[in-house]
Order: sequence, then C-alpha cells, then structure tokens
Amino acid sequence: MASLRDIKQRKSSIQSTQQITKAMKLVSTVKLQKARHHAEQANPYFNHMYQTVTSMLARSGSIDHPYLKSGASEKKAVVVISSNRGLAGGYNSNIVKLLTGSGIKTEDVKVYAIGRKAMDGLERKGYEITADYSDVMDGPTYGDAMTICKEVLGAFSRGEIGEIYLAYTHFKNTVSHVPTLMKLLPVEFDESEIANADVSIPMNYEPSEEEALDRIIPKYVTSLFYGALVEAVASENGARMQAMDSATSNAEEMIGDLTLKYNRARQGSITQELTEIIAGAEAIS
Amino acid sequence: MAEENNLFELEIITPDRVFYQGEAFMVEFTAEDGDIGVYKNHIPLTTVIAPGILNIKEQQGEKQAALHAGFAQILPQKVTILAEVAEWPDEIDKNRAEEAKKRAERRLQSQESGIDITRAEVALKKALLRLNVGR
Repeated sequence: MASLRDIKQRKSSIQSTQQITKAMKLVSTVKLQKARHHAEQANPYFNHMYQTVTSMLARSGSIDHPYLKSGASEKKAVVVISSNRGLAGGYNSNIVKLLTGSGIKTEDVKVYAIGRKAMDGLERKGYEITADYSDVMDGPTYGDAMTICKEVLGAFSRGEIGEIYLAYTHFKNTVSHVPTLMKLLPVEFDESEIANADVSIPMNYEPSEEEALDRIIPKYVTSLFYGALVEAVASENGARMQAMDSATSNAEEMIGDLTLKYNRARQGSITQELTEIIAGAEAIS
Repeated sequence: MAEENNLFELEIITPDRVFYQGEAFMVEFTAEDGDIGVYKNHIPLTTVIAPGILNIKEQQGEKQAALHAGFAQILPQKVTILAEVAEWPDEIDKNRAEEAKKRAERRLQSQESGIDITRAEVALKKALLRLNVGR
C-alpha cells in the first residue's frame, strides 16, 4: 500500500489540476456564449446570400462560368480551420482525421491552415502546407475572411488549383459539433434547392448576369469562410468546455478515491500502532 | 411628404449584424454604374454596390451611412442590401480615416513600382467616403 505521504501528495496535485480545469471550463463557457452570439449574428447574412445565389443560378440556367466548373489542375486547396490551443478534447484531431479519411490523395492537397493545431498534425502526416493564417483564430473578422478568400480564389483563377474545399467544425448546438468537409469551388448546389428557388419574379442584373455572378460568387465564398470561422470558434469553445467539464468530474472522482484510500491507510497505521503498544505493554507485564 | 402606402421594406444586412431593418420611402446608394435611387415598385434588379453614401428616407426623417461593398436585391415591395461593410456616421473613426487617406494619397503619388494602384485607389475612396459621411 502506498504510504500516507504519497497519497496526500498525489491528492493535492490532482486538486490543483482540477482547479485549473475548472477555471478553464468557466472561461470557455463565457467565450462560448460570445462566440455563439457572433455566429448567430452572421446567420442572416449568409442565408440571404445563399438564397440570392441559388435563385441567380436557377434563373440563369447553365452559364459557362469559370467559378462553376473545375479548373485543369489536379491540385485541391483545402482550407482547414482548427484552433491554436489544445485541451479541447477531440476537436483538432477530428479535423485532421476528417481530411485523412476523406479519400483525397495526400499529394494533391494544398493546405491553407487557419489554426496551428491541425496544421502541425497535417504537416506530420506529409501534407503540403501552402499558407498559415493561424493568427486569425484569435478573433476572426470579415476582413480576415476576405483576405484568405482573395488568396485562395487568386490561386484558383491562376490555375494553380482545380478545386477548393473547406474543412471546419460545424456548430450544431452546445454539445454537438460536427466536423464538416465542404466543396466551395466549383460551386455546387443542390438541384432541388435550385428547383425550389423562387423564379416567379423576373430579375434584371446590373452589370450583366455574368459580371454580377463574377462579383457575387467571391462574396458568397467569403461569407462561407466567415460563417465557418465564427462557427469554428464557437465549436472550439464548446469542445473545450465539454473536455474541461469531464476532466473536472474525473478529478473529482479520483480525489474521492484517494480520500478513501488515505483514510484507510491512516486508520491502518493507527491500528498497527495500537497493536504494537498493546503487544509491548503485554510483554513488559 | 410621401404617403403611408409608398413605404417599402428595407433590410440592410452585414456579416456582423442586421444593420438596418424598417420601412422607407426611398433609398439611395451608389451602384457600379452610378448612383441609384429606389422607390416602391421598382423593377426587380440585382446590382453590385460601389463605395458610396447610403441615404434612407423614412417616416421619421432621413438617415445616412457609409456603404463600402456588397450587392443589393431590389424587388417591388422589398429591398435587401447585403453589405460587406456599412457604418453609421457615429461609428466612423475620423482620425483613422484621415490617416488612411493620407497614406493612400502618398502611395498614389510615389509612383514606385510594385505599388498596387487599384488597391490604393480603393483605399483612398473608402477613406474619403468615411470622412464625407462622418462629418
């Protein structure tokens, strides 16, 4: 049996760890509230954007536009959104797994990393990291999304990449976050969505339809980026909150266990001392 | 003054928030091909927005804001503006705009190679617009 002192030391070390996890849980709870509010605010913009673009495509039928078909290059750009800090349970490794399990060939992928953790993970697995925008994760703004979007779309129109994907964690609700890989370019829409779009009102475009698409699709992609960024921040904090919550309750359990052990050991030693004293007294008498 | 039934729904949405939602008699903004003013029963139109002043005429009076980029979807009863950046006058940091203006002007004058003229021009336009609205 471990000595009294060992148990006591172990218990106090777990206790101080628990204090840290408890504090981190509280911090991420507050951050989650903020991030969720942010994500909700971004929603109407994105929904309108989506509606407009689908109805534009529904009206215009099949126009021949570079943004609507794959480029010649085999390369695929994947924008990977993770976090800069760990201790968020499976949050970062799920994103890495999503990409490795996606069936896209490692050598075809160019990673645009937002968030250091997944970037490191992917680099170890032999992926090519083209760019690193990890600083953005500290507080993503629409301007950040614009910068990244410009970069990636530039590479697309120069023909360096043929397709653009986005890997991020979708924030479903506080407890459920779904790692998602979606194709950004060429733009693909659900046929049924397009069929359902309201085409009863004839719409005019200024400048011409192609030019308008030319301007609006980058904005659409940017809004997707921005939406993904704010959702990822919310998911990160949600994941961290959950991880820290279970860590805290684990620590609680361990402390309970150790307290029991400690008391048992203490009682054992008292009993032993008593028997020794009695035995000694008997020997003298 | 315009009558009640000349009001149409106006929604201005930015990525961070719903910037404006209400009923207006007229909205004026700058499109790619020049300024346009929209009343009720306008023909359906989708247009790309250029940096410019946004003017909203509503029952309580007039409102002004700076509108930098985005596009507008105009329907007879409803106008939706999806703006990438929009600011009310009191949200504009005049000192920052002044600095941005000077910086952009310097860049345009320096004639050095490797300077993105279009970018500097856009920056200058934005700064001027902010100063105009913020005044």
